[in-house]
Amino acid sequence: MIDKLKNVSRRSVLKGATATAAVAASNTLGAPMIWAQNIRDITLRQFGTGVSNLNEVAEQVRADLGFNLEMTALDTDAVTNRVATQPNSFDIADIEYFICKKVWEAGNLQAMDASRIAQYDNIAGTFRNGLLTPTSTIAQGTAPHTVGFTSDQFGTDFVQEESGWMTLIPTIYNADTLGIRPDLINRPISNWSELLNPEFAGKASILDISSIGIMDMAMVVESMGEYTYPDKGNMTREEIDMTIGIFTEAKNNGQFRAFWRSFDESVNLMASGEVVIQSMWSPAITAVRSQGIPCVYQPLEEGYRSWGGGLGMSAALSGLELDAAYEYINWYLSGWVGGFLMRQGYYSAVPSTSREFMSENEWGYWYEGLPATDVITSPFGDPLAAAGDVRDGGSFEERMGAVACWNSVMDENQYMVRKWNEFIAA
Amino acid sequence: MQKLRENNTLSGWLLVSPLVTVFLVFLVLPIVVICIVSFWRATEFSIIPDFSWENYEFLFGSNVTYRVFFNTFKYALITWAFTLAIGFTVAYFLAFHVRTLTWQVALFLLCTIPFWTSNIIRMISWIPFLGRNGIANSTLLSWGVIDEPVEWLLFSDFAVILAFIHLYTLFMVVPIFNTMMRIDKSLIEAARDAGANGAQILWNVIVPLTKPGIMIGTIFVVTLVMGDFVTVRLMSGSQSANVGRLISNDIALLQYPSASATAVVLLCTVLIVIGIMLRFVDIRKEL
Repeated sequence: MIDKLKNVSRRSVLKGATATAAVAASNTLGAPMIWAQNIRDITLRQFGTGVSNLNEVAEQVRADLGFNLEMTALDTDAVTNRVATQPNSFDIADIEYFICKKVWEAGNLQAMDASRIAQYDNIAGTFRNGLLTPTSTIAQGTAPHTVGFTSDQFGTDFVQEESGWMTLIPTIYNADTLGIRPDLINRPISNWSELLNPEFAGKASILDISSIGIMDMAMVVESMGEYTYPDKGNMTREEIDMTIGIFTEAKNNGQFRAFWRSFDESVNLMASGEVVIQSMWSPAITAVRSQGIPCVYQPLEEGYRSWGGGLGMSAALSGLELDAAYEYINWYLSGWVGGFLMRQGYYSAVPSTSREFMSENEWGYWYEGLPATDVITSPFGDPLAAAGDVRDGGSFEERMGAVACWNSVMDENQYMVRKWNEFIAA
Repeated sequence: MQKLRENNTLSGWLLVSPLVTVFLVFLVLPIVVICIVSFWRATEFSIIPDFSWENYEFLFGSNVTYRVFFNTFKYALITWAFTLAIGFTVAYFLAFHVRTLTWQVALFLLCTIPFWTSNIIRMISWIPFLGRNGIANSTLLSWGVIDEPVEWLLFSDFAVILAFIHLYTLFMVVPIFNTMMRIDKSLIEAARDAGANGAQILWNVIVPLTKPGIMIGTIFVVTLVMGDFVTVRLMSGSQSANVGRLISNDIALLQYPSASATAVVLLCTVLIVIGIMLRFVDIRKEL
């Protein structure tokens, strides 16, 4: 309550003080604003995986909010590492929900007060109660809502209801599947099991990030009819042995061309034709296509492996910097970033605000799964789809509604990691 | 004061102390810390000070370790053989076939030109060259040498070793060239006068006299290859592992104690290898 009163007064001061378009725009969203004089001294240090750490975002923050945002892009493991061991090296951590499960207990992040998040009520249900639509079923693995709330600002536990204290503010998420080169395969692909099809020996790839790779493996194993997991997101040791065993055998038979660890590696493998079927991320598909090479993000019968990312605030943030962090997060959800990322094939946590920053054609193509009425270009200006094209997998509801599992952390994580090392060394 | 100045022991210690301090702080201390941490335990996100043999037990109990060490030695040995052959030939040409000092220096500098760019760039530039649709394959196809693209050119042990040889041959050339330049030319003339042919001169005069250079080059190449992880990862497409990759994987997964234990074992292995090599050649005596 006190917080809210403070915001009101701050806002009224601001109204008198500045009249820039950016401030006015954010103001109508009801976001608490910081007094402009102090703001330019503030630099927020953010780091995360390459997917959302884009310089364009930092530039826009500078223009809209007036403070500096320093971005560092690292790979998934390095990000986890940093949050767990170097709490003073960042202000904002852009991490995935499954990483949150791993590192939250370390106490280096603080929870966010949902009442200070202007768009809280519009955040997609997936991140609040786990239900995309009231009739959805919850997929296996670390579903975001299970690690999305804690008991209070510095709570180190997870609670299963909307407690008002969010661990991460969801930013982007997507449903991942296999990427294929239709021009080099020449037949329909509709199951995960195709990854281990001997037809593609020496032309397949999987990602070498254990926590994500194991889920892709599980999707393949289930699709092959070898085994049905009670919970793919939390395997037993025997299940891990069996899963990795199947892939080790395939590796020794020369099924894989390479494994990739970073986004650009996956793009190069696909674009050069070294690999024709592999685990892939949506913007990697976009990147291959923008080189004029056909590449399909193939929807598969078994469903998608999904992931979600969010922004977490360092436990060390307080005072003006904490205010700036809230400011930034509210701005993040207010649409510009959402539009920017959705035009690359991701989904934003608050789709309704992103819509304002997309054309009718773009919204129809990326979100509603409608045929494009005109050329679709990436935010960087490369053409991605021609008029009449439809997005792989269709609309938001079709894609996010067919999620089979979420990226996750298992109880037997350490064992899994060791087995994964054996797989790489095999 | 006078006495102090005359005290040779003291001034000796004082003269050596800056170097000792540098070594203590930047070499001995970090290694000691690594040794200590290797006995700690780690969970998912925290490191617990402890004295436990767990890391070593796991390391020596896993056959992955042996396979990976075998791989590391394999890379080191093959790379060493090739860099030695190429490095010796290049150095020999520079030292004995090129007559003027100007040309020797000029050609030597030519050898170093690739080193003006970064390691990674030189390594990655092989990837488009060796790939399935790369320059090598398309050239061979157009010549009719092969009917289908050769797969093992890239993302294989071949690619890894090729990159290693490309990266590290200069480390062989430099010390060998250096010792060869110091060989007294009259020794070769004497051998010639005594009736030795070219091969005999090479084997009985030049090779023994360049041994220290060969040994220094060997130490460079072997330690560089054994400590590498990025070449193996990029050129094998993450499909092969050496000890360096084992360590980097551990670090990526926050398993610092386990990474330290592996590092300690690797350090000991490399020290033993160098110790054995130094048995054959006394570098200090022959320099």
